Amino acid sequence: MLRIEGLTAEVDGKPILKGIDLEVPAGEVHAIMGPNGSGKSTLSYVLAGREGYEVTGGSATLNGVDLLAMEPEERAAAGVFLAFQYPVELPGVGNANFLRTALNAIRRGKGEAELDAMQFLKLARARLKELQMSEDMLKRGVNVGFSGGEKKRNEVLQMALLRPSLAILDETDSGLDIDALKIVADGVNALRAPDFSALVITHYQRLLDYIVPDKVHVLMQGRIAQTGGPELAKQLEASGYASVQAAA
Amino acid sequence: MNTVVHSGAEGFLHRFDGLRARLPGQRLAWVQALREGAAEQFRAAGFPTRRVEAWKYTDLRPVADAAFDEALTILGDGEGLPAPRGERRAVFVDGRFREEHSSLDGASFAVGSLAHELPRLESRLGALARPGEEALVALNTMLFEDGLVITVPAGIAGGVLELSSIASRSERPSAFHPRHLIRLEAGASLTIIEEASGPEGTRYLHNPVFEIELAEGAVLTHARIQREGVKGFQLGTVYARIEAGATYDNFTLNAGGRLVRNEIHAVLAGPKSTCHMNGAQLLRDGQHADTTTVLDHAAPDCASRQTYKTVLQGKSRGVFQGKIHVHQVAQRTDGYQMNQALLLSPEAEIDSKPQLEIYADDVKCSHGATVGALDAEQLFYLRARGIPEGKARSMLVEAFLQEAIEGVTDETARAALEEAVAGWWSKEAA
Repeated sequence: MLRIEGLTAEVDGKPILKGIDLEVPAGEVHAIMGPNGSGKSTLSYVLAGREGYEVTGGSATLNGVDLLAMEPEERAAAGVFLAFQYPVELPGVGNANFLRTALNAIRRGKGEAELDAMQFLKLARARLKELQMSEDMLKRGVNVGFSGGEKKRNEVLQMALLRPSLAILDETDSGLDIDALKIVADGVNALRAPDFSALVITHYQRLLDYIVPDKVHVLMQGRIAQTGGPELAKQLEASGYASVQAAA
Repeated sequence: MNTVVHSGAEGFLHRFDGLRARLPGQRLAWVQALREGAAEQFRAAGFPTRRVEAWKYTDLRPVADAAFDEALTILGDGEGLPAPRGERRAVFVDGRFREEHSSLDGASFAVGSLAHELPRLESRLGALARPGEEALVALNTMLFEDGLVITVPAGIAGGVLELSSIASRSERPSAFHPRHLIRLEAGASLTIIEEASGPEGTRYLHNPVFEIELAEGAVLTHARIQREGVKGFQLGTVYARIEAGATYDNFTLNAGGRLVRNEIHAVLAGPKSTCHMNGAQLLRDGQHADTTTVLDHAAPDCASRQTYKTVLQGKSRGVFQGKIHVHQVAQRTDGYQMNQALLLSPEAEIDSKPQLEIYADDVKCSHGATVGALDAEQLFYLRARGIPEGKARSMLVEAFLQEAIEGVTDETARAALEEAVAGWWSKEAA
């Protein structure tokens, strides 16, 4: 399970996270909602270990392992997967080479045998089919020339291959049409298992129709202002974040 | 035998005086005249200083200040020769052709030692080289000892030929000045994979000059892999004349040497001819590499592509100077030039000087230059997927170089270049 206690962090000396307390038990999917600037993306970057996001206090552990002490690649090997809000383009790096290098790095970390090119291709093709993605995507540069929807599907493809124990989806729904949204949601739902948990960060309730969360947290000004069940998302959709602000 | 060792231009002129009776062609009046004329030019010019515009960013004092022996006197045995890549190879040790290490049997074209062929080369040697313009070419003309002469007859596909040059281990710094003459007759083709290397601890100067003549419709792929020893100097000059419909495809990898210059003068002399000049410079702490290209569009409907990439580590310095001259007659020219540098260290430096001179009015010509560090977002993206930092960095460096290498269409040449790049990086990461 993911356990975050009293987490504070700043960017360029400016406090963004002001004491986050959050638990996501294994097997559960939690949503984090909140207005722009509330710290949603900062939380995801802090958990993944991005440079420039300085943790000033508190802790974050995954299955008892201190995430904050690790390099980004070590966190990935420990089971953390961040689906980026804006997946990065890597011209000159072939998608197949990228996916296989990542998968083998993770497998090495878990003490599993690495996959050769043929074994990898077989696995990748199966996942591509599930995500209704063209095999052509393996041959292209990572995210290069991909549409917004293709980039997000490529994130879900990576997640499906790497099989993390904690997936953090940072506004994966942004820029997706309804069909792509369903495919992405199906990809996440397919990973649901007793040893998998997910943190779904979203601005809108729409995604949560397809990935139904066990709990919804509202992040306001760097703190969790309210926690509830799936119905909280619907309530926010109707009345906006101002009602939470008033209650907090 | 005198034991006084001179440095600088004077040292070379002094040795020319001592060696002239032993250099190849001493009985051929035209060779003698060529050497004497070049000696006068070199005497007048000396080693270029940074006051000379073409040498503004490359300081030759480390070369000029060294005192070299001519390789004639210290010929080594070919130790450290890399394994052959294919069937045919010409091997040069300290600038001299070595038949016992070479394998040229069964070639579908004429190939052999310049020293041996010299009596038949009056019309070719010096046809393109400009010792009056380039001082180092004057030095080469004065002192050339040997070289490779290639003539591919019309319509013949010559396949792949390796040209290996090694410097031998020596206590005393040596200098060698090979002259290579390459001619492809109409419709002929050839791939040359040239690899220059040397021992780590020896100081030497490799000063090769190429004269390349491509007749109508000929296609030459010229992959140059420069892996000179860490104390080696290579100052190379390539002249290429490209006739109608012919293609010259040059890729130069600068990965070794202490101070290196890759200078290319290419002339698109006939309509619808094509010139590709691509390259990569991979520099470690203490290295200096300079790529200087001068491209003349002297005929209509020609295309040129140049992509040069430089990766710099530690306190290294890279230079790119690229001049494209589009003559008035060269209508419908399609020219492109890009040079990009990746600085992996705050102490590294790159100087970039693109230059376009266009005298025709119907021309498509573009150029660009970028300098930057590894992209932090790209690096984080790879690491967030579990890829260790060192591997992530190497993936991004290879990706940076890929654009230049993928332009090499000959598969053998491209594979050799990719292998050389991977070798450089694995040594770097270790």
